[in-house]
Amino acid sequence: MSPVEQIPAAGSEPMAAAPARPSRATLVNAALGLGLLAFGLGAWAMGEVFMVTLATKVAILAIAGAGLNLVLGYGGLVSFGHAAYFGLGGYTAGILAHHALNYTPLFEWPFLFEGTTSMPVIWLTAMVIGALAAAAIGALSLRTTGVYFIMITLAFGQMIFYFAISWPAYGGEDGLPIYVRNGFPGLDTLDPLHFFGLVWAVLMAVLGGIAMLARSRFGLALQAARQNRQRLMAVGIRPGGVLLTAFVISGAITALAGALYADLNRFVSPSMLSWHLSGELLVFLILGGTGRLFAPLAGAGLYIALEHLLGGVSDHWQFFFGLLLLAVVLFARGGVIGFLAGGKRHG
Amino acid sequence: MSTILLIEQLLNGLQSGLMLFLMAAGLTLVFGVMGLINLAHGSLYMVGAFACAGVAAATGSFWLGLAASIAAAAAAGAIVEVAVIRRLYARDHLDQVLATFALILIFSEGTRWLYGSFPLYLNVPPSLSGSVTLPGGIQYSLFRLAIIGAGLAVAVGLFLLIGKTRIGVQVRAGEADREMIAALGVDIRRLYTLVFALGAALAGMAGALVGTIQSVQVGMGEPVLILAFVVIVIGGIGSIKGALVGALLVGLTDTMGRVLLPSLFDLFMETSAATSVGAALASMAIYILMALVLVVRPGGLFGARA
Repeated sequence: MSPVEQIPAAGSEPMAAAPARPSRATLVNAALGLGLLAFGLGAWAMGEVFMVTLATKVAILAIAGAGLNLVLGYGGLVSFGHAAYFGLGGYTAGILAHHALNYTPLFEWPFLFEGTTSMPVIWLTAMVIGALAAAAIGALSLRTTGVYFIMITLAFGQMIFYFAISWPAYGGEDGLPIYVRNGFPGLDTLDPLHFFGLVWAVLMAVLGGIAMLARSRFGLALQAARQNRQRLMAVGIRPGGVLLTAFVISGAITALAGALYADLNRFVSPSMLSWHLSGELLVFLILGGTGRLFAPLAGAGLYIALEHLLGGVSDHWQFFFGLLLLAVVLFARGGVIGFLAGGKRHG
Repeated sequence: MSTILLIEQLLNGLQSGLMLFLMAAGLTLVFGVMGLINLAHGSLYMVGAFACAGVAAATGSFWLGLAASIAAAAAAGAIVEVAVIRRLYARDHLDQVLATFALILIFSEGTRWLYGSFPLYLNVPPSLSGSVTLPGGIQYSLFRLAIIGAGLAVAVGLFLLIGKTRIGVQVRAGEADREMIAALGVDIRRLYTLVFALGAALAGMAGALVGTIQSVQVGMGEPVLILAFVVIVIGGIGSIKGALVGALLVGLTDTMGRVLLPSLFDLFMETSAATSVGAALASMAIYILMALVLVVRPGGLFGARA
C-alpha cells in the first residue's frame, strides 16, 4: 500500500479510490455490504429463517450505529445516550401502529389522526421526532465538552428511559406490542426475505448518504471540528452549529433504525432506551474501527455473531465478551476494518 | 399531606443524598486527579454489597459484613487500577468509556455466575433495628438514621483527609498539576492506586448500607452510577464540596418530587391522571434540575472548568 493512500482521514475512504484501482478500504466495505446481502439470501435459500432475521437485526443495528458514527467517528463527540433516539423511533412506530390497529385517534386537533401502519410515514415521523429530541438534548449538551458531554448525554438518555417506564399509557415497563408488522407499498413485510431486503436497502442508502455528507463542505467542517476546533473557528466556521447539525442528523438516523427494530420484533419496550444499548452502539463502532464508514456494519455483525456463538456455549457469554472488548480497547486499536484495510486513521 | 410524612420524606431524601455522595466523591476524585471517567464505579458498589451479604450470611454479623464490604471493594479497586485502569490514563475518553464498560460486563456477569440472578437480602443488625421517636413525635427507622450519621461522618472525614493531611495535599496537587508533583518526588503511581482504592471503598460501603435497606442483586450499581454522574455534573467535576451539595440536591429533589408532584397535580386534575403525570414528571425531576444548572452554569455549581 503506497503512503499516498494512507493520508486521507476518516470518511474520505472513497476519495482514496482512484478511478482506476479501488483502495483496500473500498474493497473491504464492498465485501461487508455484499457479504451481509449474500448471508441473508443464502440463509433464505437454505431455509434458515432465523438466520435471515439475525441478518436483518445486524442491518438495523448497523443503521443505528451509522447514526452514532456520524457524530462520534466524524465529529469526535462521544454520545453515550443514543439509545434515546433509538427508543424514541421504536416508540413512534409502536404508538402510530397501536392507534391505527385499535381505531383510536392519536389526536383530533387540528385534524383527526388515527395513526398509521405505513412504513414510509412511520419512518418520516420517527426521524422528525428523533431530530427534535436530538436538537433539544444536543443544544444543552453541546454547551460542554469532553467527559461532561459523555455524562450529560447519558443522563438525558436515562431521563427518557425513566419517563417511558413511568408513563402507563403505552405499556410502561411492560412495553407495547405491534400485532401486525407495518406495511411498505409493494412488499409483503411479514415475509422475512422482503423485510430483510428492505432493511438492507435502507442501510445502503444511509451509508451512501453519510459517505456523500462526509465529502461535502459540511462533512469536512465536521471532521475539522474533531481535529482542531480553534483552527475551524479561525477560518470563520462556528463549530457549535456544525456539531449540532450533525447531532440532529445523527438522532434522525438512529430513530429510523429504532422504528425498523420495533417492526422487526413487533414489540417496543423501555429496554430499547436503556443505557446498555447506548453502550453497545459505542462498542459496535470500536469493534468495527471508529470513523470508518462501514464500522457500524462490521461491529454489529461481529457483535451479533459473537452473541450467537458464545451464547450457544455459555449463558455467561457477556463475561467473555467483556474480556474480549477489554483486550480490543487496550491492545487492538483500529478495529476489524483497521485490521483488514490497513492505513491509519488520523486525528 | 401531613407535616410528619413530609419530615420523614426529607430524612429519606437526606439519607439517599448522603449515599449518593459516597458514590460521587470517589468518581469525582478519580476524575479530578487522574482525568479518568470510570463507568465501573457502580460495579465496585455492587462488589461491596455482595461482600457484605456473603460475609454477614457466613458469620451472622452485619458489622463484619460491613468491614468486609469496604475491604473487598478497596481490594477490587486496587486490583482493577493496577491491571486495567492504569493503562487508560493517557487514552482518550472514548477508550476509557469502552474499557470500563467492558469491566461492567465482566463484573456483572461474573457476579451472576457466582451468586445467580436472585436478589439477596441483608438483615438490619439487631442493635439498629426498630425505630426511634424523634422530637415532634415522628417515628423513624433507626437504621436509616444511622446511615445518615455514617454518611455525615464520612463526609467530614473526607474533607479533613483532603484538606488537612499530607495525602490530601498530594491529591490536591495532583488535581492541579500531575507532572509537577511527580517531578517533586511524589510516587504518582502509588498515589493513583490509593485514590482509586479510597473511592472504591466509599462505593463499597454505600453498596452495603443501601443493599441492607433494599436488596443485593446484579446490576444494582448502574442506576446509582448514573445518578452519581448527574450529581457530578451539577456539583462540578473534581470538587468534593460540589459532590456533597449536588448529592443532597439530587437526593432531596428525587425523594420530594415523588411525594409532592402527584399531590401538586391533584389540585387541578383527576386523581388517576394526576398520579401518572406526577410520577412521570417526578422520574424526570433530577434531569430537569441538571438541565437548569447546565443552562446557568455549564461548569457545574462548584466547577473550576467548563
